Amino acid sequence: MNYIEHIGKYYLMLKQVFRKPQKKRVFYDALLREIEELGLKSIGIILFISFFIGGVIALQTALNLDSPFIPESLIGFAAKRSIILEFAPTFCSIILAGKVGSYITSSIGTMRVTEQIDALEVMGINSLNHLVLPKVIATVTFYPFLITLGMVLGMFGGWLAGVLSGLFSGISYIEGLQTDFNPFLITYALIKTLVFAFLIATVPSYHGYYVKGGSIAVGKASTQSVVWTTILIVITNYLLTQMLLT
Amino acid sequence: MIEVKNLRKGFRGVEVLKGISTTFHPGKTNLIIGQSGAGKTVFLKSLIGLHEPESGTIAFDGRLNTKFSAKEKRQWRQEVGMVFQGSALFDSQTVEENVMFPLKMFTNQTQAEMLARVNFVLDRVNLKDSNQRFPAELSGGMQKRVAIARAIVMNPKYLFCDEPNSGLDPQTAIVIDNLIQEITEEYQITTVINTHDMNSVMEIGEKIIFLKDGIKEWEGSSEEMFKTDNETVVSFVYSSNLFKKVRQSYLNETK
Repeated sequence: MNYIEHIGKYYLMLKQVFRKPQKKRVFYDALLREIEELGLKSIGIILFISFFIGGVIALQTALNLDSPFIPESLIGFAAKRSIILEFAPTFCSIILAGKVGSYITSSIGTMRVTEQIDALEVMGINSLNHLVLPKVIATVTFYPFLITLGMVLGMFGGWLAGVLSGLFSGISYIEGLQTDFNPFLITYALIKTLVFAFLIATVPSYHGYYVKGGSIAVGKASTQSVVWTTILIVITNYLLTQMLLT
Repeated sequence: MIEVKNLRKGFRGVEVLKGISTTFHPGKTNLIIGQSGAGKTVFLKSLIGLHEPESGTIAFDGRLNTKFSAKEKRQWRQEVGMVFQGSALFDSQTVEENVMFPLKMFTNQTQAEMLARVNFVLDRVNLKDSNQRFPAELSGGMQKRVAIARAIVMNPKYLFCDEPNSGLDPQTAIVIDNLIQEITEEYQITTVINTHDMNSVMEIGEKIIFLKDGIKEWEGSSEEMFKTDNETVVSFVYSSNLFKKVRQSYLNETK
């Protein structure tokens, strides 16, 4: 199948996904389950990675700005910019594409190969709407909080790294964080997060839903979905940056 | 009653069903048999609407499924119960949640009403006290019984079973066969079973259709199957020595 066919099939899938849920009660139950599965269970890894990467960003910035003519507060300023603009929304989304994307593809793919999706269709249930919509809503609503947490933890990690290493003072780091604060950068990061969250839910769902074969096919589809979600995140990241910041 | 007329279906230019016509009556267990690749699963999936036929009609109590409006199709779906080969139970849900699922989706019953109905059908398939277990914790036979319970929980008019005995030991297979036959008679359901199991054919086959290369090769009851001189059917059904002997003794008795 060529790329154009995949794109067409993906949009046809979205058309089925964005229908009114057949039963609100069942939809809300599914939504809460997905928020727990795709969101709450990802908090740990995002906080852990954000904290340490934030520390690394601050340390590397400090080591590369080793000049008496550059104010120390620039370390906090640069770390803040890096974390808010790129690290939290893009890097964390790529991590989520790996963690959540493979989970989505394998769970939907397994449902496909074990005829659970056929069972839904026979009952008269729009399986795409039933399976994918709660995932989309869960990621799109929850990931902005998750990424915001990532930003905060990343900046905190940078501060702690400076204090513990003695490479820069905590006060100058905080001063840098407060310098030239532009709220639009947060908006930009959250817009990116929303788009990435949508991709993280829908691209792996597409790979899982249309899988053919058995367990090996599901495994391959999981790998492909992570690769394609990452590629799409990187491309949309470039396009959104071009559109929103230039 | 399900009336099938001249049903045709193919994939990528290969014709799988080549104009099948037959009628399935309510309260009877209708069996579809045939070699692997004969088109049994495609036929069954066409009946339940998972495959769109290329031509031909399927009428459910006089209603042509090709002329269903979206609302009629939704309504009809609720009259259909399906038992899949691998049971197709939702593995993230307990037995109770699996069986309750169609009720949650399509009725406005209270939790207590739904639970009462779930317990009734689980009791009917002899599966008490398994409500909170997950499918992975059940044996193959128990999974099949949960699948039957889920299929009948909405009081379907039509029940379709794809290889309900596959992977089961002979004793459990007979239990499942008898259960399906009892339910079919009790609720006057039009049941269509796709099977490879010749025990099922002998035990519960009130009407048997033999498919070969997408064509209906033979049709009749299990008794008529003993008497048939259709060589293809005889060589398929009586391929084992045991069934050859059973057939011979039947023919000797009825001479």
